[in-house]
Amino acid sequence: MFLTADEVKKIAHLARLKINDQDIHGYAKDLSDMLNLMTQMGALNTEGINPMAHPMDQEQRLRPDEVTECDNREKFQAIAPQVEAGLYLVPKVID
Amino acid sequence: MNEQWETVIGLEIHTQLATKSKIFSGAATAYGAAPNTQACAVDLGLPGVLPVLNKEAVRMAVKFGMAIEAEIAPYSVFARKNYFYPDLPKGYQISQFELPIVGAGHLDIEIDGTSKRIGITRAHLEEDAGKSLHENFHGLTGIDLNRAGTPLLEIVSEPDMRSAKEAVAYMKKLHELVRYLGISDGNMQEGSFRCDANVSVRPKGQKQFGTRAEIKNINSFKFVEKAINYEIDRQIELIESGGKMIQETRLYDSVKDETRSMRSKEEANDYRYFPDPDLLPVVVNEEFKAQVKSTLPELPHARKQRFKQQYLLDEESAALLTSSRQLADYFEAVIKESGCEARLCANWVTGDLSAALNKAGLDIIDTPVSHERLAGLLVRIADNSISGKIAKQVFEEMWKNAATADEIIAAKGLRQISDTGAIETIIDKIIAENPDQVEQYRSGKDKVFGFFVGQVMKEMHGKANPGEVNKMLKAKLADSHLKTKG
Repeated sequence: MFLTADEVKKIAHLARLKINDQDIHGYAKDLSDMLNLMTQMGALNTEGINPMAHPMDQEQRLRPDEVTECDNREKFQAIAPQVEAGLYLVPKVID
Repeated sequence: MNEQWETVIGLEIHTQLATKSKIFSGAATAYGAAPNTQACAVDLGLPGVLPVLNKEAVRMAVKFGMAIEAEIAPYSVFARKNYFYPDLPKGYQISQFELPIVGAGHLDIEIDGTSKRIGITRAHLEEDAGKSLHENFHGLTGIDLNRAGTPLLEIVSEPDMRSAKEAVAYMKKLHELVRYLGISDGNMQEGSFRCDANVSVRPKGQKQFGTRAEIKNINSFKFVEKAINYEIDRQIELIESGGKMIQETRLYDSVKDETRSMRSKEEANDYRYFPDPDLLPVVVNEEFKAQVKSTLPELPHARKQRFKQQYLLDEESAALLTSSRQLADYFEAVIKESGCEARLCANWVTGDLSAALNKAGLDIIDTPVSHERLAGLLVRIADNSISGKIAKQVFEEMWKNAATADEIIAAKGLRQISDTGAIETIIDKIIAENPDQVEQYRSGKDKVFGFFVGQVMKEMHGKANPGEVNKMLKAKLADSHLKTKG
């Protein structure tokens, strides 16, 4: 399979990546190669093998429900571009 | 509603779990803190941080699963749901997709006296996003991330509901259940219990579902009913006038009582879920399940059935008393403390007490009249120290101060007079003073009896034992009847 230019643009938009038109063909080729590799792997016989959700064959450790973090708002907001009334300010977005 | 059309509704309910700390960080979840004072590096999505799962959130999800008789996944996986929005700092929400912690279960609702089973497809754990404040920041948006990372259980129903009424009944039942289990405070004003409704219509008899609209973020029972009903009418009207439904997300405007399309984003549903590499699979073993099971309370439905059998209550009272765990506990505590008949206790808890709580806008946990004090009052009704009417007076006093019923009865001299001598004197006096009424009674006007009771009670300031008054009056009037005849 080979991805179309439109598909590459859509993927870039979903990831909010700005790409140049002249690079699209190269991305299409690289991404298509990856997908083709997946297709190849898909041909392997995996009967009787449980799918893994993580490369490490371990289970999630659980944390006790305790409040361990204190208020560090000032420190965090010192590195934010714009703050007011304790809020982080961002360009206006209305859903 | 239109007879040719059938409505199909499925609900997705987000319920905030009542943990102290967040699902993946040790920041507090308390409501109402100053903006961003409960948002730590993990919640802000700063580089290099790692999420660590809160055990209590897992326990609560498992507890819920057991209550709806669902399969609990022995192995479940967290996934990233990718989308961009300023109140989602990481650019993805940690949720569950393919392997949720709670599998298929069910909840029974009651509609007009008949029971209907609503399927629950799944329930999964996820983190909440922050809040965007759009007002008045020089054209900018303010972001508060205190809520980011708060644990949510998203409960997805099957499309089993056929009317707005059924949807509300299901939502109420679920709301009652999560509070019973103690896994959520269910506070709808604070957004602890929010609902998205998937609504579609199809011609009656058609198997295939119609195209659905999803109504987002409805936060009250009333609005759920109104939003769904508006949407049903809109869809039927659209299709009947030759239009075509499009699958879309809509918002309910409670002021205008209508739903309207949200600005359509063509890629909105392209979330590109994939397993979160920062989190390992969650394993729930038998030991964990057994431990959670030992903490399961008696569930509302079972408790209601028990109340009906053990206390011989009617359906309505039993349902009312078990509508919250605290109310049911209070009721049983009153019975235990007073040793009075369940019927009397039920009448007072669902009657005067509930009315006073409603009037004051209080929940049972904040009742100024403790179960001990109410029990004290009921004991005095049961042993005939006071009449039901006087008891209401005593209750009003108890509501206002901390005195016991006995203290109030003593202080106000409200003890009922059962002394037959005292009652007899008054009865004789009333009979002597009202020869006309005696005449009427004698000629068969039974209604006049009430007049005599009223007069005696008035004379004795309501404190006479009504049973005693009735009995003696009857005897006396019969007696005077004979006398006059003779």
